[in-house]
Amino acid sequence: MPGDDMTITERTVGDGIVLVPEGDIDLSRSPQLQARLAKALSNKPARIVVDLSKVPYMDSSGVATLVQGLQHCQRAGCELVIGALHPKVRSIFEIAKLTEIFRIVDDVDSGD
Amino acid sequence: MPDPVPNSMETPEGPPEIQLCILSQPRLLGAVRSMLESFADRIGFCGRGCGELMLAVDEALTNIIRHGYDHAPDCRIWLSLRALETPRRGIRVEIEDHQEGFDPERLPERDLDEVRPGGLGVHLMRSVTHLCRHEAREQGGMRLVIEKFCEDADPQDGPGSTGTSSDVSDPPRSNSPEDAM
Repeated sequence: MPGDDMTITERTVGDGIVLVPEGDIDLSRSPQLQARLAKALSNKPARIVVDLSKVPYMDSSGVATLVQGLQHCQRAGCELVIGALHPKVRSIFEIAKLTEIFRIVDDVDSGD
Repeated sequence: MPDPVPNSMETPEGPPEIQLCILSQPRLLGAVRSMLESFADRIGFCGRGCGELMLAVDEALTNIIRHGYDHAPDCRIWLSLRALETPRRGIRVEIEDHQEGFDPERLPERDLDEVRPGGLGVHLMRSVTHLCRHEAREQGGMRLVIEKFCEDADPQDGPGSTGTSSDVSDPPRSNSPEDAM
């Protein structure tokens, strides 16, 4: 089906990497995010920020990808930060109590 | 080709407004969400309620694709959507599969205080719906009945109650959509 791939842009900010996925993250797309997280982590950054400002929907497969990414980052001594949560996605984070385990920032570049 | 809307789906309430069959492919989840969002919007759901209904249905389909059909891309999943007027305005969604031996109630559900990937789907479904009940189909496989009410229908009774809730009328049991295939 055309249009099934998700665009994930990447930029470097200081000693960290910012990933910006665009579109819904569900079972069909979470593997792409998982692969990009692994690739970013292989560059040994101090921090990876996943900017979710362009993700209006995420299901439990996306959540699982982020939790797995958090565990991999912790083992590698890298911080995983979630940025700019869309309100609909924030509600899923709250139900799953993920707001307590992730550092979530509003400003992706400043980390505040 | 048999009639895609089988007479067997007729109930005392009449046929569902929408009935469709999809293949067990993750790339189709977005299309189902779009359809559901449009239908829920017409019923009167607000943005958050609509998003929660989409999430519940999406999680149900994901469970069937991953655990029921083990990612086989050519199995069928049936959905029917019905607008509810009584006892409260909302939507009933029935989702059926034909996988023998797959019981979503037995899927591992993690403690939310435990930080690990997976095990969230069933918890999310129950958290955001007013009714979430699995039942065995006579023909094999499972049927999931989800009901969610519009937020302004009864603000004192939010989602999160499960299929044991006594204030929710039992949905009629539909017969097999496979009969029409």
